[in-house]
Amino acid sequence: MNFGSLDLHTVWFALVGILFAGYVILDGFDLGVGMLHLLVVRRDEERRVFLNAIGPVWDGNEVWLVTGGGALFAAFPMVYATVFSGFYLAFMALLCALIFRAVAIEFRSKHPSPRWRACWDAGFASGSFVSTLLIGVAMGNLAWGVPLDARGEFAGSFLGLLHPYALLMGATTVALFAMHGAIYLVLKTEGELQAAVRRWVNPLIIAFILCYVILTLATLLYVPHITEAFRREPWFFAVAVAVVLAIANIPREVSHGREFLAFLSSCGAMAGLMAIFGIGMFPNLVFCQTEPSYSLTAFNASSSEKTLGIMLTIALLGIPVVLAYSASIYWIFRGKVKLDRMSY
Amino acid sequence: MDVLLLSRLQFALTITFHYLYPPLSIGLGLLLVVVEGLWLKTKNPLYHQMARFWTKVFALTFAIGVATGIVMEFEFGTNWATYSRYVGDVFGSALAAEGIFAFFLESGFLAVLLFGWDKVGPRLHFFATCMVALGAHFSAIWIVVANSWMQTPAGFHIVGEGLAARAEITDFWAMVFNPSSMNRLSHTVVGAWQAGAWLMISVGGWYLLHRRHRDFALASVKIGLGLAAVAALLSLVTGDASARGVARNQPAKLAAFEGLWQTVPQAPLHLFGWVDKAHGRTHGPEVTGLLSWLAYGDSGRPVTGLEAIRPADRPPVNASFQLFHLMVGVGCLLIGLAVWAEIASWRGRLEQSRLLLWLLTLSVLGPQIANQAGWWAAEIGRQPWIVYGLLRTSDALSKVVTANQVAASMVMFIIVYLLLFAVFVFLLNDKIRHGPDDGDLQPTGKWALGFKAKGGAK
Repeated sequence: MNFGSLDLHTVWFALVGILFAGYVILDGFDLGVGMLHLLVVRRDEERRVFLNAIGPVWDGNEVWLVTGGGALFAAFPMVYATVFSGFYLAFMALLCALIFRAVAIEFRSKHPSPRWRACWDAGFASGSFVSTLLIGVAMGNLAWGVPLDARGEFAGSFLGLLHPYALLMGATTVALFAMHGAIYLVLKTEGELQAAVRRWVNPLIIAFILCYVILTLATLLYVPHITEAFRREPWFFAVAVAVVLAIANIPREVSHGREFLAFLSSCGAMAGLMAIFGIGMFPNLVFCQTEPSYSLTAFNASSSEKTLGIMLTIALLGIPVVLAYSASIYWIFRGKVKLDRMSY
Repeated sequence: MDVLLLSRLQFALTITFHYLYPPLSIGLGLLLVVVEGLWLKTKNPLYHQMARFWTKVFALTFAIGVATGIVMEFEFGTNWATYSRYVGDVFGSALAAEGIFAFFLESGFLAVLLFGWDKVGPRLHFFATCMVALGAHFSAIWIVVANSWMQTPAGFHIVGEGLAARAEITDFWAMVFNPSSMNRLSHTVVGAWQAGAWLMISVGGWYLLHRRHRDFALASVKIGLGLAAVAALLSLVTGDASARGVARNQPAKLAAFEGLWQTVPQAPLHLFGWVDKAHGRTHGPEVTGLLSWLAYGDSGRPVTGLEAIRPADRPPVNASFQLFHLMVGVGCLLIGLAVWAEIASWRGRLEQSRLLLWLLTLSVLGPQIANQAGWWAAEIGRQPWIVYGLLRTSDALSKVVTANQVAASMVMFIIVYLLLFAVFVFLLNDKIRHGPDDGDLQPTGKWALGFKAKGGAK
């Protein structure tokens, strides 16, 4: 396909962003459910309800990460190579956590022994928590900036990635995913179990808002290149305000029993947060804090125009179909969780 | 140990472990389509019971396949950053296509396949099963295309120089249909069919040996054998085509596979043997002229030997030779076993030979050994290149990753994968010992309705 004068670099910056936003919104609630798994409920049957709330969909949700990673590799190979090799130990830990999470979901209920189940419950919860924290820390580092050399190679250390701003972003992500997971669970549970989950929604919202406010202040004070982007285009503040309104809307919808709208609000808030992140970063994909001209951007770190065009054709052919059947699958599995013999 | 060796070992470990599972998913996926199709067509509840049982086994293999597959995608960037920069423009689009066309399809419809039995009707469920199998096959397409591009690069040009050099795509379809991709794809897919089919046969054989679940076991063995026999013969055909391609495109690799040192007409084929690298000789029984004939259809034509290739550009000869011969040998044994079992089955004597049943039970190892040996041979035979003739493996590493970091991640992978493998074997064993549920012989819910309505109408 010929895309004429379309700026493919910006398009792919947005598309990679959309794929990762899709991942964060969809797998975000899976990871959130995982983090709440040990905290909210104790009885085996209740834990099975938690697992089966995400059971049919978590696998497909994780594919957003795989495809996002593939798209990053294809569209911005320099960024993929620099980030993945530079954050080596962090990504290995992320892989380990994601493996444990996946395998724990699959295997927990395949054997009745309580000790077996307790082990995998711990694996599910800790895998979810560590994955979430590391995703947040990685995003925090991209926002804060990392040291790069003239060839675009990472020039820092593993411990250097664990600075306060990145950890703050990690904590915010943990609170966000836990909140999102709790709201999803309200949607998928009923009766006493739902009441137990509902008690967690408001505290988690408050925890998230606290983190979010501190993070925003820290960003305004200490991360000038992101603040700069907002100063250039002040209407971006509207997105930030919309995020706050969407989150404020959640308790209202929950108290009116409109669980699906509450969940949509939460999804909308996360989409807004990812948009803010993308707008703040553009055109940088990896900001170089030591020498800004070394930064990897949508323009200097991308594949050729030809590849970007081929991939846009692939995406335009594939993504509508993917969205259509993904939505149908969510529709098939709508409603409250009912355990049957095929359940986890 | 240095970063290069550690990174190669880690990649070998993670890809070998990963590659135990996708072939099973591809093969079992196809068999699930067959079994469920038979159930819809014949309304014989035995097929419903089979579909239910094999779906559970499929779910187990799929889960580990996905979990270990993400590792592979990450590892290109974490350990092979220079390679990623070099091939990203070409390789990345295949990987992205894999995500969009294959993984979403597979994992999305897997939900319906596993959890949709009572939520959707039989026809929609069958459609989901077909989509899962299709997705599994698509995933093989894109990754094999990308890997084949590394063997026989096409449809690209090189831009930049030295450290900044990288391949850029010029012709997408030439990249997709590079000289080796279709031969290697077909060979990989039929190998995967064998992996699934022999697993089904093996479990059926074990039940027959222990006189359990007789109807279920016989049906499993027969359906599995149908696919295994076809796939085993196709492995021979596609393997032959693939090897002729190697002769044309990667002469060093073919010479290493066959332990051929001199470029001679009437080139000999070693049935088995040992390569003496120091003296440049290969010992073992040989058939004169057979290699020339297999490679070019003309026993008089010369085949390039290793001596014609610079020592720095030669792959590890003995490893390539042994792995290649192991693959071919096991493949031939599987053909023999398939023919024997088919004849026994056709004459109704499947259950009479305990030796045959034992061999069928053990047969599950055959395709796994052949598939792994084949991949190792293909990858070792490409050395010292990571992209054949363009980029050396030793130049493809991540510059910023240290040996200690790779050693640490390697230890982590060894521990996690040992644990995973133990859990997989434990659960698979558990499922097999538990056997198919007799309750599945009376389908319930929407399945029962469909069954009765159709039955009543006749």
